[in-house]
Order: sequence, then C-alpha cells, then structure tokens
Amino acid sequence: MRHEIEPGSLLPLPPATFHILIALAEEDRHGYAIIQEVAARTRGEVRLGAGTLYRSIQRMLEQGLIVEVRERPAPEQDDERRRYYRITTFGRDVAKAEARRLAQLVRLARASGLVAPQA
Amino acid sequence: MRIYRALLRLYPSSFRGEYGEEMCAIFAERLRGKRGFFATIRLEIDALADILPTAFRSHMDLLRQDLRYTARTLTGAWGFTATAILVVALGIGATTAAFSITDHVLIRPLPFPRSQDLIALWENQPHRGISRMELSPGNFRDWKRLSTSFESMGACSTFSMNLVGTGSPERLDMAYVTWELFPTLGVAASVGRIFTAGDDSPGAAGTVVLSDRLWRSRFAADPNVLGHKVILNGDPYEVIGVMPGSFRYPERETQFWTPFRFAATAFTDRTDTYLSVVGRLQRGVSLASARAEMQVVAKEVERAHPKENARTGATVGRLHDELSRQSRLLLTVLFGASLGVLLISCTNLANLLLVRALGRRHEFAVRLALGAGRERVIRQLVTESLVIAVVGGALGVGLALAAGPLMVKLVPDALPIAQTPPVDLRLLGFAAFVTVATALAFGVLPAIRVCGEAASAGLQADARAGAGRRTEALRGALVIAEVAASVALLIGSGLLIRALWRLKDVDPGFRSDGVLALRTELPLPKYERTDLRVQFYDHVLSEVRGLPGVSGAGYVSALPMLWRGGIWPISLAGEPPDPADARMVSVRYVTPGYFMAMKIPLLAGRDVASTDTQKSPFVAVVSESFVRRWWPEENPIGRGFRVANDDRRVVGIAGEVRVRGLERESEPQVYLPAPQVADGDIIGYIPKDLVVRSSVAASTLLPSVRAIVGKADPQQPISDVRMVAEILEAETTPRSVQARILMGFAATALVLAGVGIHGLLAFGVSQRTREIGVRLALGAQSSEILSMVLRRGILLAAVGIAAGVTIAYGAGHAMKALLAGVSPADLATFAAAGAASLSMVILGCLFPALRAVRISPLTAIRSE
Repeated sequence: MRHEIEPGSLLPLPPATFHILIALAEEDRHGYAIIQEVAARTRGEVRLGAGTLYRSIQRMLEQGLIVEVRERPAPEQDDERRRYYRITTFGRDVAKAEARRLAQLVRLARASGLVAPQA
Repeated sequence: MRIYRALLRLYPSSFRGEYGEEMCAIFAERLRGKRGFFATIRLEIDALADILPTAFRSHMDLLRQDLRYTARTLTGAWGFTATAILVVALGIGATTAAFSITDHVLIRPLPFPRSQDLIALWENQPHRGISRMELSPGNFRDWKRLSTSFESMGACSTFSMNLVGTGSPERLDMAYVTWELFPTLGVAASVGRIFTAGDDSPGAAGTVVLSDRLWRSRFAADPNVLGHKVILNGDPYEVIGVMPGSFRYPERETQFWTPFRFAATAFTDRTDTYLSVVGRLQRGVSLASARAEMQVVAKEVERAHPKENARTGATVGRLHDELSRQSRLLLTVLFGASLGVLLISCTNLANLLLVRALGRRHEFAVRLALGAGRERVIRQLVTESLVIAVVGGALGVGLALAAGPLMVKLVPDALPIAQTPPVDLRLLGFAAFVTVATALAFGVLPAIRVCGEAASAGLQADARAGAGRRTEALRGALVIAEVAASVALLIGSGLLIRALWRLKDVDPGFRSDGVLALRTELPLPKYERTDLRVQFYDHVLSEVRGLPGVSGAGYVSALPMLWRGGIWPISLAGEPPDPADARMVSVRYVTPGYFMAMKIPLLAGRDVASTDTQKSPFVAVVSESFVRRWWPEENPIGRGFRVANDDRRVVGIAGEVRVRGLERESEPQVYLPAPQVADGDIIGYIPKDLVVRSSVAASTLLPSVRAIVGKADPQQPISDVRMVAEILEAETTPRSVQARILMGFAATALVLAGVGIHGLLAFGVSQRTREIGVRLALGAQSSEILSMVLRRGILLAAVGIAAGVTIAYGAGHAMKALLAGVSPADLATFAAAGAASLSMVILGCLFPALRAVRISPLTAIRSE
C-alpha cells in the first residue's frame, strides 16, 4: 500500500501524531485510551483534545501509519462505540525516524551549549 | 452534552459520521470525572478550544482534496472547462463593466464631504415652461439673505478666458465664483489658499486659484507659484492657490477660478440670469423643509420685485441628482441589459454543469454505494463550479477593464467627477460577490438534482439511459429562459438603434460637411465698443474669404447645439407687451456670410448686410417657425417686433435650425446684425464663433486662419477648433456608444442561447441513440427522426421567443424616454429580432438533428 513511500518523507511529524504512535507502540488502544496514555506519559503536560486526536487518526489512517482493528476485548470491558487502532510496520519505521531526528536535534543543542550535557 | 453535540456540527458531516460517536463517548467519560458547575464549564471551554481549529482544518483538508480532484477532472475535459469558463467570463465581464459605470455616475456620492447635504438651487417660471433657470445676482443675494435652511450658499458661472503669462496664449474653461463657494463645497486648497470675503468685493485685486491640472501643465507644478502674475482677458491676476487633483467643479474641464467682484449695478438687473447656485443644508434640516422655505423666500422676493420676478419660484434638489433623466435612464438600461447577459450565462453554466453531472451519474452512484455521504459528493461538485466561476470571474474582470475605454464615453462631462471610473475594492468586491453567487446558485442546483437521481437510480446497468423527466424539464426551462432573455435584449438594443438612426436622420437645419469652426472670444473691456469688434470681424472675414478653396465664412454669437440658451421674450409691433412673456425666441448676432457658410437656406428676403450698421435702421432675420407661429397668413418682410430692448424690422426668413439639439424642440430663431447693438450692451452675445466652409482640408486651412487672426490682433488666441460635423456627432455619441454596447450584449446573449439549445438537443440525441437506432431499423424515415428532434428545440424556442417578446414590450415602454419617438412596439424591430432568434434556434438544432439522422441502427443497438 504505502510502503513505496520513504518514512523520511513524512518528517517532521506533527507532535500529536508522534505521541499517538508512541501510545500505540506497545499495544492496540481505542481513542480515549490513547488520550489517557499520552497524558500519563507526559505527566499531564500534553492533553490531546478529541478533535485533535481524531483528525490526526484520520490522517494517520490515510498515510498508513495505523490501521483500525477488528478484534475487540471481552464484552464486559467493551463499549460498542469504541474503535481500536494498531500501529503498522510503516508507522513504527516512521516513529523511529522521527525519534532519530529529534535525538539529532538534542545532540546539536548540547554541542552548542544551549542544553547541559547529559550527566 | 447537548452543547458538545451541537459543536460537533462544525465538522464536515463525513468526519462527524466517522468519529462523532467516539468523540461524544470521550466527552461523556471526561464529564463523569468532573464535579461542580465551573469544572463543567471549564471542560466545555476546553472542548471549544479543541473543536474550533480542528474543525476548520478538517474543512480545509476536504477543500484541498476537492481542489486536487477538481483540477484533475477539469483538465481532463478541456472542451467543457473552456466553454464553462468563457460563459462565466462573458456574464461577469458584462455585469462588472456596466456596474463600474453605473456605480461611478449614479451611486457613489459626489467627492465632497457630506455631499448628500449639497443642494442645487434654481429659479423656475412654470408659466413659461421653465423648470430650471440660473439666478440673477440680485436674486442670489436676496435668497441667501432670507433663507435659514442653509449654513452657506455659493454661486458660480462658467466662462472661457484667454490666459496669457506663461507659454503661448491659451483659451481655457474657467469659472467665476462667489467667495463662499469653496467653503460651501467643503474643499480647501492643496497649495496656498481659497478665496475669502475680501476677494470678491468690487475694488479687490484680481486673484485666481488654479486647478491641479493647469498647475502641472502650465506651471510645471512649481511650489512657488503663489504670487505669480497672469493676464486673464487683458487684466492682471495673482495666483493665490491650487486646488487638489480630485477637485472638478462645476465641470471636469474647469481649469481655474476667480471671484465675481460684482459692481453695485450687477444686482439691479434681475433678468440677467447666469448664476449656478449651490447651498449646504444646515445640520438637521431636511431637503423637504428647505424646499418649502425656498418657495416662501421666492414669493417674498417676487413681492419686492413684481415685474422682473413675476411668477418666479425656486427649484431645489440634491446636487447629486442633477444628472439628466435621460443619462440616468441610459445607464439604468445598460445595467439591466448586463444583468440579462449574466442571467443567460448563468443558465448556460447551470445547463453545462447539469449535463456534465448527468454524465457522471454512474461515478456518483458508485461513490454513494461505497459510503460517501451525499453531502460529500455535492460538496465536490460545488467546489468544481466555484473553481470555474473564480477563473471565469477573473477573466471577466479583465474583459471589463479592457472595455473601459469604450465605457468611459458614457460618463457625462457636466458632472464634477473623474472621467475614468476607479478600479478599487468596491468594484472587485462586487465582481467577487457575483462570481461566488453564480457558483453557488448555479452549481448547487445541478449537484443536488443529480445526486438525488444517482442515489435513487442506484447501480443499475442501464442507468445511463434517460435522464429523469424532472431534470429534462428543468433543462428545458433553463433554455426557455435563455432564449427569452436574448430575444428581449435583441429587441431592446434594436429599438435603441432605431432611435439612433432616427436621430441621425433629423435635419439639423445646416450642412456640416467641410465646415471648420473656431472661437475667438474678444475680451472686454478692450472690445467693448461695437465698431472695434466690427473692424476685427471685417478684417478677418475679408482675408479668410480670399483663401483658396473657401466658399463662405461668417461669425455668429455661438454655434447651434454648442449653446442652447440665449432666449429672449419678444413682443410684436402693434400689440401691447405680453405680461406673461409667452413668446420666446433664441437670439444670435451674426455677420454677413454666416448663413452661406453654414448653408442655412434663405427662404425669403435678404441676409444681414454690411450696410446694417449701428446708425442704420435696426433689422432682423427670423426663422420660418417664427413666421409660422406669429404671422401665419401674412408676408412678414417689413413687419416689426421688439426684442432685446430694440425695435426691429424683418428683412429675411431663414431655414429652421435645431439650436437645442436633434431631440428637442427649439424656440424660433432671430438673427441680428453684429453691429446693431449699443456699446457695452448684451455682451454675452458678442459673436465669437467663426465658421469657414472650404474644400481644402482643415489641417491646411487652419494655419492660414490663425495667421489672419494673429494679424488682426496678435494678442487674440484661438480656441475650440473643431469641425462642425463633430458637433453633430457629439449629439449622438452617448446613444451610439450605448447602442454599440447593447448590441454587443445582445450578440453575446444570442450566441450563448444558441449554444444552450445546441447543448440541450445534442444531449437529448445522445441519450436516445438506442431508441433512434431501433426506429431507423424498423423503417422510420430520416424526415421523421429529424422532425422528432427539431420539434423539441423549436417548441422550446417558440415559448422562449414569446416570453422574450412580452418582456421586451414591457421594457420598451419603460424606456420610452430614450426612444426619440420610435414606438416601443416597432414592428420592424420585433420582426428582425424574431428572425434573428429563429435563425439562431435553427442553427442550434441543426447539428444534433443531422447527427441523429446519421445514426447507424446497428451500431446504436450494439453499443448497449
């Protein structure tokens, strides 16, 4: 599908997209769970709004970074309104490329003295 | 929760359908965790802050998608795209061009502060049929003194003067003004100052204010121009100021202003009327109350001066409304016609879009079946029509600007506005508005209709066969509208062209071919003595007549149609003076040779002669209408009458001349010998226009005439050089420009309507290919197929023509004032328009009909 596209061509990723990819890196989640996961990981600093989330999801589906999954959890834990999303291989590649890019930026900042060197 | 659901409606419906429920679920989850009113409000605000930007961006995402798709589909169908863009461009171009003129002349306020408070005041004498007359200085002074409705009042009078001082002597249009005029208008000088009360007292030194144009052309925009001395008609004046470039008053060509400096005697003669008066309303005073007050004031002045001001009232109206009714009507008709063209191009566009959408029904059906919302498909179609409209609109604005030089000829000279309408945000805003309205109104309709059909027809294999009956009816109605509008336009412009021809056929009373005219306005007080002027005329005329090729030359007060005034009452010998003064004539002073030069026939008696001097009996030559009206059964030669303070004896009868122009009735004319006037009297009528009839080209003749004038008086400049034929041309220029423009509109409309019919029938034929093939296979004759196809086209056209004729009849009556006597139901025009429309219809039907006949039955059936 979209794997002719170079992961690098999608960089830099919008911050919301990157956070969503990170949240889906370990397991499939539904929308609200993604929001909560992102809030937890960033200790409340990044709070995704529902509008931002779903607009990003819409784009990420088109770009092939994530897919919607059919498998659902047990009925007692499920809400039929929820839809579950899974990161694709391509999505992982793109997330890794973005992480490398951000790390490179931090290295540059450290080298110029803007940021204190790692202890 | 309700609020949140309402906010979700800001998203495109496709997005809402996909993610709406989840978003509501998330919001509900968050709401559960909050306690208290403020916490809830805080949550709603956060939701709003999230939804607004993301909803906007979602719409932009869709727009980008639609634009990409539109670009692909439009460039893949060049024929359709080019046609649609051209159609839109024609409609929007016509409307924008007409709007720019109409707005500039009729709608925009005059370029003065609070211009709606500027009021023009005139005297009127209804018993003489005079609704507007300039004021005399005496009446102006009294009206100003006695009225309370105006915070200030000023007056002006236009003249030409010889300017000597920098460069060669030049004759320029100027205006005398009272000092309050500029403050009344609310204008100030851009350099120096305007006039003050001291400047217009009788003993004051001569002062002049220049126009910006004159300052730049004659004084090289010298910032030290103040204090500069110039000679105007032989007298010294000092330049005290320069007006801004945007100031044009009272006419576009006015080049400088100087104060009146009335002598005390100027106020006594209340029949000497030459002041154009403008006043500024006091704040809070309405036009109606000012009007009422001025009637009372006029009555009071009449009581004080019962003889001169007998039955003289006041006409009061807004300065902006001073445009003649004819000019106003002309522009309104133009704008209406342009809307007709717009309507036709819009219906054409709608038809084009509808056909195209119909051709893509299968595609839409597939998309709908795959889950695209109806709204999404409609949205994409509307985007397509917006793109076409925007490109067409831009092209249309370009067309309108290109038509500028033609349209500016419709801007009247006598208004204090610029010649060229401005191209500004207002105009572009109008064009943008029309463009978007076109796109939405005529793009949405086809889109909705076709989507409805695609949805209901589903994916049936033969969904291609037969567009819905309602759609066909709609398309038919659109074509009828197009034909009706184009027929109405054709008839309207045809009527105006007939009026134009009729005017051109009117005999002006003189022959203008090969006659050169130029003006030598002899200045006062240098030429106050009659004998000095006569000397000048004699010198010039005797030498001019000796030039090779010249067959006649003479002087006249002013040429007909250039000067339409100069009206005096007369009283016939042996009768008491008529207190009502109902007998009015137009008076001109002439030298011998004038009639010959202008080829005005002498029907009886003789011309004025060199023997008619200041000392010999005073005589006159009168026009045939004079005799017809007042001495119908008698020989007028030798009879007496009194005009312009003198008794005269008739010595000749001249042919009728249309002094007031080709369209209006003129008063009878009276010609008086130039020497037969007292020194210093009736100075406004001093002959100044020289006419020379010659077989030699004007370019060869002119230098010789200039040399002769220069020899007679080296200080005398020549101005207003023109061929008399140009004066006649100018009589009909606005009409001929209008006729040309309307014909252009009508031709465009006709072509568009023809294209519309062609499109309709061609589509119909392509839809019925199988049916026609079957018929042919079963033995139908070509003629039957032809008549089947033509029948529809001709029926639609017939209804359209009938509707168009009805509209045209009504419109013709509405613009009767413009038709110069041509009947609004002029048979020849209607017949010609009907024939043209019919030809267009037949042409439009022909190709589809021929194509239908050439259908091969085998191919038609096999193609299914």
